[in-house]
Amino acid sequence: MGTIFLRIKNHPILDFKKQKKISFKFNNKQIEGYIGDTIASALHANNIKTLSKSLIHKNPRGFFCGIGKCSSCLMRVNGIPNVRTCIAPLKSGINVETQDQLADLPEAKFICEKIKKIDTDVLVIGAGPAGLCASINAAKQGAKTLLIDENSMVGGQLVKQTHKFFGSKQEKAGTRGVKIAEILEDEIKKYQVKNKLNLMLNSTVIGNYEGKKEKYKFGVLENKNYQGKIYEVNCKTAVFATGAMENMLLFPGNDLPGVYGAGAVQTLMNVYGVKPGEKVIMVGAGNVGLIVSYQLVQAGINVDRVIEAAPNIGGYHVHAAKLRRCGVPILTSHTIKEVYGKEKVDGVITVKLDKNWDPIKKSEEKIKCDTVCLAVGLTPSTRLLSQLDVKMDFIPEAGGYIALHDRYMQTSKNGIFVAGDSSGIEEASTAMVEGMIAGVAAAKKIGYDKDSDKLLNNYIQELKLLRSGPFGEKPRVAKDKILKLWEKNR
Amino acid sequence: MKNYEKTGILTKNDLKLPSKKQLKKGVAIIECIQKIPCNPCVTACPVNAISMKNINAPPDIDYDKCIGCKKCVGICPGLAIFVVKVLDNNKALVTLPYEQFPIPNENDIVDGINREGEKIDNIKVKKIVKKGKTMVITVETKEEHAMDIRNIRVKK
Repeated sequence: MGTIFLRIKNHPILDFKKQKKISFKFNNKQIEGYIGDTIASALHANNIKTLSKSLIHKNPRGFFCGIGKCSSCLMRVNGIPNVRTCIAPLKSGINVETQDQLADLPEAKFICEKIKKIDTDVLVIGAGPAGLCASINAAKQGAKTLLIDENSMVGGQLVKQTHKFFGSKQEKAGTRGVKIAEILEDEIKKYQVKNKLNLMLNSTVIGNYEGKKEKYKFGVLENKNYQGKIYEVNCKTAVFATGAMENMLLFPGNDLPGVYGAGAVQTLMNVYGVKPGEKVIMVGAGNVGLIVSYQLVQAGINVDRVIEAAPNIGGYHVHAAKLRRCGVPILTSHTIKEVYGKEKVDGVITVKLDKNWDPIKKSEEKIKCDTVCLAVGLTPSTRLLSQLDVKMDFIPEAGGYIALHDRYMQTSKNGIFVAGDSSGIEEASTAMVEGMIAGVAAAKKIGYDKDSDKLLNNYIQELKLLRSGPFGEKPRVAKDKILKLWEKNR
Repeated sequence: MKNYEKTGILTKNDLKLPSKKQLKKGVAIIECIQKIPCNPCVTACPVNAISMKNINAPPDIDYDKCIGCKKCVGICPGLAIFVVKVLDNNKALVTLPYEQFPIPNENDIVDGINREGEKIDNIKVKKIVKKGKTMVITVETKEEHAMDIRNIRVKK
């Protein structure tokens, strides 16, 4: 169990500053992590990949999404059950335990603490590319804005994007995602100083309640030392920029520790500097699969191959080309049949597919590896939105259930807006522009109108341009469908 | 379906190639042939040699205008632009973007890698220019390999 072994030492793009070591307890054993780690990243750096056991069969479970969206990393911390260890910051001296059964509630003292109330004009939920741009624009228009995010830092998934972005100058093309997160954070700070914008980190919007006088009321849980403090937030308009979650794929062994969402692996290595493993099989050759594979190679990890069930590579050719010239094969018409291993991933069995996507007999190949990455699409996170009773529909091209919305990103509920992946799976450049639209529109709705129409029209044109190529077809179809259904439902 | 959509590897037939005379001068070879929304190469070019009908159109390069200045190599987010200059002694200079570890030193001998990730020759690193975190590296190779060497591998 070498702490150093799984930490990335040298990286061509990222500088991992040496952090102070802190010690904590894992199942009564003293181990070490770094300041800045999450509990899960510190455990991984210690080669501890089994975070829990399944309830009935006691099968080992590792983490999957790495961004606080799924339940596979829940552990008991300082006696508090169900802590999402993938986003919970590591602290010195804490006691982390696996919970092998349904969590017992800690002894509860229901003292009626006075709930703190917060009043704001615009509430923005999620500080990823869409949410950051929405809150910057809402504040710029003059509206008092509150931005809330579950993580301990802003940026959403930008913080792990080490590659340079595509697009044009307006979307900061040629700049790496990590840098874009810093630029947007600086913008946020400007409005924080001016008292136009408030930021609540480590905080989860947990529910929608009946508001008073044309206001929306939300319950917010702020996490401090793994315990929650409840706030009541009242706002006039709200922008939901809640992102998306990685899809799982059905095959035997998909629950073994070592089967991760590609984004989880990206978080682990690019944000926390921890290697997910030594040898990786990537499933999916869309842009996410190609980009994360390249970043694994940059982190000094062996990517054995990328397999893709479709007959062609789905992502940009330029991403595939840079991976190929690093010596990573991409096998199209191949899929994963099963993952084998007892307590963890020991390897995979792949199979070739014919033109009807049926497995070809005797084409199986057994490959030893310790990590399997799934890059097989995303599903919009819309559970909180559905509480508001906005009109939703299943839009396959958008990745799942979507709140129907108009050009200005407003849903069927007056004053409730959406932006980014939670309004249809796409990518960060368009998410930023959607956020800009939602921010301006949400402020305009309550009377903060500075050249709003002109701004909105420019953003809408920009989006149209970005989506006009063949790779923009899917989101184009999705957004057209959403708009048509929205108009029909009016 | 084009073959590169299956393999991720372009062949010379997929590219618009410069003439011998243009190669002697040194020109940018843009290996970006899909319609993707991206245009930093157009803005980076100081002589307007790269043009695009719209942001989704693939870049079109005018080899007569191109001066081989390498500005686009370090800018391209897809790491898809290379500069090739043929020398008089059956040798050629290839300039490529590099974002791996370890970073070589000038005058090091490294593996010359083709589009399929295979080593085809030992080549010499002539020049390294830092463009942010992207290294713009010029290597010297045999003229016959100038249109094949697209990456380097440095011993760890």
